[in-house]
Formats: sequence, structure tokens, C-alpha cells
Amino acid sequence: MINNNTSTVNTKTSINDFVVKFANTNGTGSASANNMFAKAIMRMGIPVSAKNIFPSNIQGAPTWYEVRINEDEFLGRRGGQTEIIVAMNAQSFVADIKDVAPGGYLLFDSSKQIPEQLLRDDINYLGIPISAICLKEFQNPRQRQLFKNVIYVGALAALLDIEFGVLKTLVGDQFKGKEKLITPNVYALELGFQYATNHFSCPLNYRVERRDLIGNRIMVDGNTGSGLGAVYGGATVVGWYPITPSTSVVEKFASYCQRLRIDPATGKKNFAIVQAEDELAAIGMAIGAGWNGARSFTATSGPGISLMAEFLGLAYFAEIPVVLINIQRAGPSTGMPTRTQQSDVLACAYASHGDTKHVLLFPDSPAECFEHSALAFDLSDRLQTPVIIMSDLDLGMNDHLSAPFIWNDKQKYDLGKVLSIRELDNMESFGRYRDVDGDGICYRTLPGTHPNKGAFFTRGTSRNKDAVYSEKSADYVENMERLQRKFATAATLIPKAEISTGLQSTQIGLIYYGTTTQAISETKHLLQKQGIPVDSMRIKGFPFGSEVEKFIEQHEQVFVIEQNRDGQMKTLLSTELNIDPNRLASVLCFDGLSITANQISSDIIHVIEQQIPNQEVV
Amino acid sequence: MSFAKSKFKHKSLPVNDLGLTYRDYEGAISTLCAGCGHDSISSAIVHACAELSIEPHKIAKMSGIGCSSKAPNYFLNNSHGFNTVHGRMPSVTTGANLANKDLTYLAMSGDGDSASIGLGQFAHVVRRQLNMVYMVANNGVYGLTKGQLAATSDRGVKNKTGDISLFNDIDLCTMALQLGASFVARCFSGDKAQLIPIIKAAIAHQGFAFIDIISPCVTFNNHPGSTRSYDYVQEHVTTGAVTDFVPTKEEITAQTPEGEFEDICLHDGSLMRIHKLDKDYDTSNRLKAMTDVEEHKERGEILTGLLYLDPTASTFHELNDTADTPMNQVKQDLLCPGERVLGTINDSFR
Ligand SMILES: Cc1ncc(C[n+]2csc(CCOP(=O)(O)OP(=O)(O)O)c2C)c(N)n1
Ligand code: SF4
Repeated sequence: MINNNTSTVNTKTSINDFVVKFANTNGTGSASANNMFAKAIMRMGIPVSAKNIFPSNIQGAPTWYEVRINEDEFLGRRGGQTEIIVAMNAQSFVADIKDVAPGGYLLFDSSKQIPEQLLRDDINYLGIPISAICLKEFQNPRQRQLFKNVIYVGALAALLDIEFGVLKTLVGDQFKGKEKLITPNVYALELGFQYATNHFSCPLNYRVERRDLIGNRIMVDGNTGSGLGAVYGGATVVGWYPITPSTSVVEKFASYCQRLRIDPATGKKNFAIVQAEDELAAIGMAIGAGWNGARSFTATSGPGISLMAEFLGLAYFAEIPVVLINIQRAGPSTGMPTRTQQSDVLACAYASHGDTKHVLLFPDSPAECFEHSALAFDLSDRLQTPVIIMSDLDLGMNDHLSAPFIWNDKQKYDLGKVLSIRELDNMESFGRYRDVDGDGICYRTLPGTHPNKGAFFTRGTSRNKDAVYSEKSADYVENMERLQRKFATAATLIPKAEISTGLQSTQIGLIYYGTTTQAISETKHLLQKQGIPVDSMRIKGFPFGSEVEKFIEQHEQVFVIEQNRDGQMKTLLSTELNIDPNRLASVLCFDGLSITANQISSDIIHVIEQQIPNQEVV
Repeated sequence: MSFAKSKFKHKSLPVNDLGLTYRDYEGAISTLCAGCGHDSISSAIVHACAELSIEPHKIAKMSGIGCSSKAPNYFLNNSHGFNTVHGRMPSVTTGANLANKDLTYLAMSGDGDSASIGLGQFAHVVRRQLNMVYMVANNGVYGLTKGQLAATSDRGVKNKTGDISLFNDIDLCTMALQLGASFVARCFSGDKAQLIPIIKAAIAHQGFAFIDIISPCVTFNNHPGSTRSYDYVQEHVTTGAVTDFVPTKEEITAQTPEGEFEDICLHDGSLMRIHKLDKDYDTSNRLKAMTDVEEHKERGEILTGLLYLDPTASTFHELNDTADTPMNQVKQDLLCPGERVLGTINDSFR
């Protein structure tokens, strides 16, 4: 039965619509080969998405890389069984066989036989003696290990009809500057390609066909977008403490700064990065720098957010600009450190004790990670308050097909209300917390500006309008009310929610944010097929703009789709907009994997069916 | 504050190089308990800064939370100040310093603030060699929360409510020495003649300068049996050396007999002149300084004076190779790589 034969089970033909999953072992160097596979498909003009599913472990445990190819641009996680699995990990082999969809394929290393009892007769086996080939062709043990991955990519090229030339150029691009590596990599690709061509009837019924659907899009992870956005946004000071999945934000920031921010004349750095002793210090540094007029940020994830809470309260109350990039992962506590969630919404919106509220941004793509992180510096300077970017592991660490990063050279940094020495000279008197413009945002001065005007004491303790310590109730209340006013101003400055209404009028509205976006176009398609047209709104920031309230008012049934257990965005919406929570229904996924369109649509249908039990939903 | 200091300046008040009198370096009226050692520290800072002719607005006053951390209100009215959160002044000062290396950072903390909740941040700011003056007003108790024992309390002492300190004390000077501080001193707030020149030298020093200042709390730790009371400290203090600070511009005249003093040239050309009371006194030996502190402690004495100085130390900015223009003044064209570069970066992701 396992005789390297592809034709045991019939497979329906599917062009540009299937999922390939690579089952690997952590630390075996499969990431770049898998990535090359996804990129080759993108370069053939076909929409593709890639998700890493990896354990909280460095070496040896199973990892999966899931590539969805879909020319209708349905690029969220599809869920369900997989058409093609490349099973390279003995540990997960049993589960991987079970995961193949009936009629699908299991590509495996046939250097060893599969035990009889594991065989299924409703799937196809593609056995390639990958280890044996490597043993024969390569001398060096590391190469033998690494090229296994390249060989199966080569084989997939033949099986799925990926243009070999595209792969060759990719290898060239990947090893630019390390030309010695190009020849053996191309050779390994050819070994796989030849083996598949000679032993199987290529291409399979699942295959790709060149399209022109990619345009100028790029494939990149969100953390690269965030780090680069911080470079473009003018961040100069970073305090940080490593934590998955936020670490690469600062690593990317650092590496772009090394390339782009070294003064050519002196060789000195126009940036300062400190790997702090913990998250308390990390945000403390960012706040100190923000107080002193530099653009600064820190990046962290759930446990770090908990530690930063006290300082966030200080920055809110003392009104200091600072940017915090939160790459959410599955909590509570250490939770599942390498799985995704959107579960810090409330912790961030209200981080710290007392009546504290923070400005949040919810990017949904690498391009928006870039845009939001650059924008966050303007916003926090203008509003003199922390701005928290709510990315997550899925967005931050996975490669996504994204609009390119955009910057317009006409964009000028908006440093907000900072008084210069001349402005201070021309002022009769200065008071740090006077609401001169009525928007709740006061003027600030930076240390060192003026010899005898504008100095004041910054503190987290109550004070009057002139920054003098005061416990008078009236002073405190006035200050707290002004901060509310400032928050209302913030609602007018943050990006507006993106609303999409169909041609048909509908009573049903979907609200979503961040990475949930990936599943929405497919969800709408699935619902439409069931005769349920829906409108949708993507929330891009908090505080909510007036359009958010309006959207909810205009729809009889509103679903809030999010990836946490407790419906945190729903809570925030009903609390902040004073909406009856019963008007909002939650669609939730909190298993650590990205929510799927199938799940959302079936949950919605279920709720609707329950409401109208006698009516059939078609 | 319900009342303010008089703005009247007597004509005969001496003026410094900037034409300012020491009154221009004062702060608000203190609300600390009358007789609190921290007020003497404030006053020493006022004198030190006035005598050094530093422009007040070029100083940033940093602190955590505690009576000691309130003290920056009471000096340098024309400087910006920042009362941060309990124990975390070092990180905020680090960030502030990274943003603008051209200011002088004068930081005040308490022994609770630095040796308990903030011990981690204290250790790391020393390690990072931040160019700042870090002063701990060490009273052996928590003043602001009314008298609990601090981690710097000597083993066996009793606080006012009778709690006994069961554990070894943390000696912040020894820690600073061990962690690589390039300037370490211990002073007594009641000894201005010692404190003022040491603060001046700490300011002139380029690098991390730590001064542990024994600063009695009259309200909660001035009772018999305390090892931080005025009386106890006055009786048990020994001074390794008396220190003078000689600014760059002053001619150095040798009034002191050869061999009994030592001049150490600081970064800006000014001198630390050390008059040795103890002939073995050596401010360049870090290990010996640690042993000296411990030996004196074993004898029940408090060794004060400049304990260690490395005038050649590098600062964080030197080690990091930071550009000369302070980070908060670098213009957008140097920070933002622009559209064209972004185009090539986008290409690398296709
Ligand atoms: C997170 C936090 N915990 C506790 C406190 C309460 N608190 C304020 S000051 C202080 C101790 C101050 O002692 P020390 O630093 O020795 O200063 P002193 O008042 O003695 O000068 C404490 C515990 C606080 N402000 N913040
Ligand atoms: S309680 Fe102690 S430390 Fe605080 S002000 Fe009074 S004397 Fe000073």
C-alpha cells in the first residue's frame, strides 16, 4: 500500500484553494524552507497566508506551519482537516495522519516505513526517502538536516505545479551576499523536484495556477511593521524586556536603526536602546524619556502589561507621552505563551488603579502595525498620554500578505503642545495643567528650556492647575474632569472605525478588531450563502468615535467577534457607550488559535436560529 | 503650600559666576518635620549648585516616593522635578538621561525607596554607569509611612513601636562599590562641611556618583537604641578624609603639608582634594573601600567621606556611542529614513 503511489484515492480538483501544512520539529531549520514555499506562491500572483503554530519550547517539540492558498482572498485560518500534510515529525506523525482530509495527501520521509496500523485507506501517501537522499548527497551533518526541508519544497513544486524558476529566484534573493549557499540549495530543490516528477503523477489535483492578484502587496510579519513604524515615527529611546511574542519588535527596531540611524559623519547612534532588568524598568525608562521630550516606547506582552500597570497610571495622571506596543498572547498568567489571543483589551484600557483610561489602537495587518506605531508617537505627544498598540501573536509573528508600508515625506512629526523658550518669554505666566484651549490638553515645558519660566514638578500626586501639590477636592475633581475631556478629544483624533455596509439593508451588524479581521470576508461570504447579509464594522481604536455608537444603534442584532473568553470588547463597548449588554452578542474563540470564518458563521447562525425557532434559515 | 518664601534678596548676598545668589537655588518651603535630616541635604544641594554656578534650569531633580523623595521640592525652584513612583526613580532617570544627556541629573531617594522596593533598579542603574548623582537619604526607617524598619536598619535595632530588625542590613555603599559605581561616598546630613564638597564633586564627576547620606528621622528614628539618631551618628562617625572641591578656575595652592593630601583631577578639570585623616586612606581601591566600610561597621563606627572614585570611568552614552545631539533635539530628517528607503524595504518583502 505504501508504495509511493499517488493514485489510491480520488481527489477532487482544486486550483488555488487548499491548505498545506508542514509538520516539523522545533529547531530543525524548517522555517526558511516553509517560508520560501509560501512566498513562491505569492510570487505566482496567488493570495496566500501562512501561520506558524509553535510550542513554548526551543528545540525538539512539534511545530506546524500552515499555508492557506485561496484566490478569493479568504486568508484567515480555515480550520478543519488539511488537504496536504508534509509530515516530518515522528512525534506528531499519528496526529498528522489523522489530520489529512479524505482524498488528501500525506507527504512523508519514506526512509522509514509507516507502521501498518497507522495507515488510512481514504488518503494518498507520497513517500520520498528524504533522509536517505540527504545522506547520500550531502556530507556535512547540518546540511543533511537543513536540506531535508528544501527537498520537500522541491517535491511540492513538482506536485503542486509551482514554477521552479520562481523558487530559484527566491533562493537567490534569500542568500544575496552569501552566494556559496545558492548552488546547494537549488540542488536540493532539484533533488526533490526530480524525485517527485519521476515517482508520482505530477501535478496533483490540488495545484496552483499563476494569477495576477497580488499587486504591490508584501509578505511580512506585524512585528517587523511595528519596529519599522517606530523608526519612521521618530522613536529614539527604547526600554524593553524580552517576552514572546513581542521581542522581535525591538529586535527589528534595533536592526533597522543600526542600518538607518547611524550618523555617517561620526558613526554615532541616533537612538538608545536599553534591555531593562524587568518590565517595570522598561516602561519607566520610556516614561522618563517621554517626560524629557524624546519619542520613546516599550514593547511587551500580557505578563509585562501587569507589571507596567503602576507606571501607566503615573503616565496617565502626570500626562506623559509614551508608546507601548502590546503583542497579546494567551493568558491569564503565563497562559500559553506562544498562542494567540486578544485578551488584554480590558487590562490595557483601564491599566492601573483609580479611574485610569488609556488610548488603544488595534492594527489588523503588518501595514497597519507600521502605520499605527508611527501614528502612536504623534498621538501620544499630542494627547500627552500613553498610547497602547494592541497587536497579537498571530499578527506579530506570522507572515501576512499585506499592503506595503506607507510613509509620505510630507508627514511632519506632531510634537503637540510643547512650549519653546520664545513662547515662554511671551507668556505672562505658565501653568502646566491649565486647559487653555478647552480640549483638555494642556501645554507642557521640557526640562532645560527656560532659565526662570516654565519649571514645574511632575508627580503622580494630586495637584492644582499650576502643578502645585494639592489635596483640595475641587482641584482634584477639576483635574479628573479635564482628563475626561481630554479623552473625548482623543476620540476625535484616533482612526475612525471602518464600516462596510452591503447593498441590501440588514438588521445584523458584526463588530470586530485586530486579527479577527482575517476571517471576516469569508464569514460574510458564508453568511450570504445562507441568506444572511450582514454589515460590519472594524474598530481601530479606543476611545470609540461617534460612528461606533451609531453603527450599534442602526442594527438590531450586533455580534462582537473576538478572541478571548470573556468578550472583553463587548464589555468595553457596553460600559463606555452605556449600551444594554443584551444588544450585543459575543462570538468568541479562545483556544489559542486564530478564529475561523466557519466558527463565526455557525455561531451567528446558531444565535439567529434560536431567536426565530420556527423560521428556517436558508 | 499656604505661604511662600520672600523674594527679597539682600544686596550683600554673594553672587556666583552667573550673577545668581544661593537664594536663586532654593526651593519651596519644606513641609518635612522640623529638624528632619533631609532638609539639611536640601540646603547642602542649594549651596553646592550655587557654588558650582550651574544654571538651575539645566538640572533635573528626580525622585521616587517617600519623605526623602519629597525633598527635591525644597531646592532648585527653577529646575524641573519628577516625583516618580516608589522605588523606580532609577529607570525614569535612565530614560530622561537617554533623552537629554546635557542636563545634570540630581536624584533623591530614601533607604526604603532604594534598598527595598527599588533595590533592583538601584543595582541596574549603577551597572549601567548612568551619568547622574544618586543620593539616598538614609534614615533606617520608612518616614512617610510612619516608622517601619527599613532594610538598611542595623540588625538588632528597635524602631519606635518596638519592632526589632532581625536581619542583616543592606549597605548601599558596599553594593554600589561591588556593582561598579565610579564615585561612592557616605556622608552625614549634619556635617555640611563634608557634604557640600562631596555633592559638588559628585556633580562634576562624569559617571555614576552615589552618595549615601545618613539623615536622621527626628520623628520615628531618633530614640535611644537607634543607630541612625543624631546623637548616635555624631558619636560613632569616623571620617576617612576631609574632602575639598576645587573648581577648575581656582588656582591650586598647596597649604597642606606634602603627603597629607591627594588631588584627584575630575573630568571637567576640577579637583577633588582629599585631606587624609587616616593615612591608609585610598580612594582608588574599590576592594579596600568595601573592606573599610565593613571593618568600621564591625567596630560600631560609620565610615564617612569619599570612599571610592574612578575619574576615568565611562558613562552610558559613551559606552552606547550615542550621538552628540541630545535625542530629544534630533530633527526628523535624521530620524526618519523617508519614502524612498521605505520603497526598498518594501521590495525586500516581495
Ligand atoms: C507601590 C507602593 N508601595 C508602597 C507605598 C507606600 N510608601 C510610600 S513612601 C514609603 C517608604 C518610604 O521610605 P523611605 O524611602 O525610606 O523614605 P523616607 O520617607 O524614610 O524618607 C512607602 C512604603 C507606595 N507609595 N507605593
Ligand atoms: S517623618 Fe522622618 S523622614 Fe519624614 S519628614 Fe519627618 S523626620 Fe523626616
